[in-house]
Amino acid sequence: MTTFEFLLQGLLSAMEPINLLYALVGVTLGTAVGVLPGIGPALTVALLLPVTYRLDPTGSLIMFAGIYYGGMYGGSTTSILLNTPGESASIVTALEGNKMARAGRGGPALATAAIGSFVAGLIATLLLAFLAPYVVQLAIKFGPREYFALMVLAFVTVSSAFGDSALRGLTSLFIGLAFSVIGIDQLTGQTRLAFGVPDLLDGIEVTTMAVAMFAIGETLYIAAQGSRGADIVEAVKGSVWMSAADWGRSWKAWLRGTMIGFPIGAMPAGGAEIGTFLSYATEKRLTKHPEEFGNGAIEGVAGPEAANNASAAGTLVPLLTLGLPTTATAAIMLAGFQQYGLQPGPLLFATNPQLVWGLIASLLIANLMLLVLNLPLIGLWVKLLTIPKPWLYAGILVFATLGTIGANPSVFELGMLLTFGLLGYAMRVFGYPIAPVIVGLILGPLAEQQLRRALAISQGDVTFLVTSPIAAGLFVVAALAFIVPLIMRIRGRGQVLTQLAASED
Amino acid sequence: MAGIAAHRVMLLSQNQIIASNGRVLEDIPLKHFILASLVAGALALPAHAADYTIMAPAAPGGGWDQTARSLQTALQEEGISGNVQVVNVPGAGGTIGIAQFASQQKGNPNALIVGGYVMVGAILTNQSPVTLKDVTPIARLTGEYEAIVVPASSEIQSIDQLVEALKKDPGAVSWAGGSAGGTDHIAVGLLAKAAGVDPTKINYIAYSGGGEALAAILGSQVTAGVSSYGEFEAQVKAGTLRLLAVSSEERMEGVDAPTLKEAGYDVVLQNWRMVAAAPGLSDEQKAAVLADIEKLAKSPTWQETLKTKNWADTYLAGDAFDAQLAKDISATETILKDIGLVK
Repeated sequence: MTTFEFLLQGLLSAMEPINLLYALVGVTLGTAVGVLPGIGPALTVALLLPVTYRLDPTGSLIMFAGIYYGGMYGGSTTSILLNTPGESASIVTALEGNKMARAGRGGPALATAAIGSFVAGLIATLLLAFLAPYVVQLAIKFGPREYFALMVLAFVTVSSAFGDSALRGLTSLFIGLAFSVIGIDQLTGQTRLAFGVPDLLDGIEVTTMAVAMFAIGETLYIAAQGSRGADIVEAVKGSVWMSAADWGRSWKAWLRGTMIGFPIGAMPAGGAEIGTFLSYATEKRLTKHPEEFGNGAIEGVAGPEAANNASAAGTLVPLLTLGLPTTATAAIMLAGFQQYGLQPGPLLFATNPQLVWGLIASLLIANLMLLVLNLPLIGLWVKLLTIPKPWLYAGILVFATLGTIGANPSVFELGMLLTFGLLGYAMRVFGYPIAPVIVGLILGPLAEQQLRRALAISQGDVTFLVTSPIAAGLFVVAALAFIVPLIMRIRGRGQVLTQLAASED
Repeated sequence: MAGIAAHRVMLLSQNQIIASNGRVLEDIPLKHFILASLVAGALALPAHAADYTIMAPAAPGGGWDQTARSLQTALQEEGISGNVQVVNVPGAGGTIGIAQFASQQKGNPNALIVGGYVMVGAILTNQSPVTLKDVTPIARLTGEYEAIVVPASSEIQSIDQLVEALKKDPGAVSWAGGSAGGTDHIAVGLLAKAAGVDPTKINYIAYSGGGEALAAILGSQVTAGVSSYGEFEAQVKAGTLRLLAVSSEERMEGVDAPTLKEAGYDVVLQNWRMVAAAPGLSDEQKAAVLADIEKLAKSPTWQETLKTKNWADTYLAGDAFDAQLAKDISATETILKDIGLVK
């Protein structure tokens, strides 16, 4: 049978009423846990694993796939409406999405997130179906030096993309980098900056930091303003649906987001967040409306949301082709496979085609189901913003706190949540952007570990870093991304300059 | 509804499966409490006398978590315990969980913790104030052996050739494996020592887990890889990795590779998983827990679990386990000092 026939057969098996029901339960659960900060899809799948013991493999994997996609999608809703990212991969969505929501454009923001997720999920799932064996060959070519070069590129593009001032952006980034070195150093097993506190041994949890800086910091800021608060939230201004202009600005961002998110998701050490960072930076550079970035640009929601969902599909590439779980959720899905005596690996496509294609087909169905489920709900969601502020923010506080101690039941974690909340408040007051802190916390350890691994493998030879064509290419792109805007600025002429100046200063 | 709300809060705040009082939960409108009711309702079973709480000192999904959840299922299905809950306390190779367990569950005969060999090393490298002496080890349940592999494209054909290269220039042989000071790292240290190479000179590249290390090995980023055999099995069978040796005592069934011992290097290493009870139990209480676990280990449900998960049955309990544990701890301390990770 050809790939296409396998896929059709998989679609037929996934369309059986009982499997459709599993998919529906999966996406509903997934969206619900995605909305709650702290409780991620990984935990939900782990909790459900014993339950599915009695189901057939296809049914339970379909449900897991639904949870996975649902979780990736659900995180965006709270990011946009409440500035409280449910998952680390939807942090970037909060930047522009929440600004849009405050300007009465929450409807279009949620719609572009939902449709972008659908488009990206669709394309990426098809790429997974047809290109997985080739993509994985490319992905494993990425060794420590290539990853390091990718991180450098991410740092260069991302640090200039957040906030209005490069200096303030970099300051925030370095705050994040400083926090990122806390904990056990993975390469030597030695503890750094934990000061004897056992809770710090594993470093600072990204979701705790993100929820604290965004949700708690925001709540404190609003509370401190009291009734003097100038920023009036308009729940709905204009249509809750996307206008023709919104569509025109979104579709390219969706496609670019997909193209960035999918390969990065497929890399064993990639991760969904990096794709969203790069997508945001790309959109900011390419936009025709630079003045809107930071004030609610729709591309800034469309691109990262697409990247986020595309990388969710990308993650399944190494899982299905190599048996390599690269996220916590994928690791638990692997456990799910093993529960039925299936060993994902290079032979899975050959030995269990029905299951693999059933899973891929159910991803397509879960994706469609999410869209159908969520588009009509948008009108309802935006009403959240009409809740009086004291109630709304009290609710956010409760959710943020419960989610954090739910993920890690410890008093120390709660203390960190509040402390970082205060830090987030102070940074807001003094006009420092929040997102680069989280970016530093996520990218810092990755860049450091990959650099040290590369140097360990080469036994200290620095030229090793640039002798791989992929790494050298990435370094060149990073250098261009750094130098070109500088030259443009120095020459001080042309239309490009005005745009760049508007976006970078 | 107040009781139901409390259940939901418990689920959120303690990260555990609520398996009590299923009847009440069935009354909740599904759309409101879908997460709580689905998880709790589906697992709900009538309450019995001996209710265990098992701590998995790791995040959901890993080996310890899976062991804890398999124990939960088997204990309930065999009717040994009516109501079993699993609590995850992740962090630092299990040392966070064990510290919390030892202080909070002292004298509680219904509390269990899952652990393993990785904990032995983590306690030493993290200088954890709470050690395995502060809990009551009950039994070793299962274990995996380490495997040494090279990419199929490598010139190295046998373990002897690999050791030869290691002797010539220890730094030039890079090893990919799991976290620093973990079982994989210890295996490389032991092999180097057995081959007469200075263990401080080994070039061990730590990855966050077997999966990420596997990608590095497949991509020929490193010379060799070391991890549990299960991590490599599919690749070895597909011919993309070459299996050089395993760390078992005797040849493994269905595995076409010599043991390290056979190849002339006196290294036997098992990455075992165990179950332990709380500190401060009376002899009767300890005996009761031991009896329950013994019953579990012999039960068809557990044997079936071992088979489907491909876990080897390395059950060892009582004094024999205590002796083996003491031996493992002292050997680990020695090799971690030799590698230079523990002062």
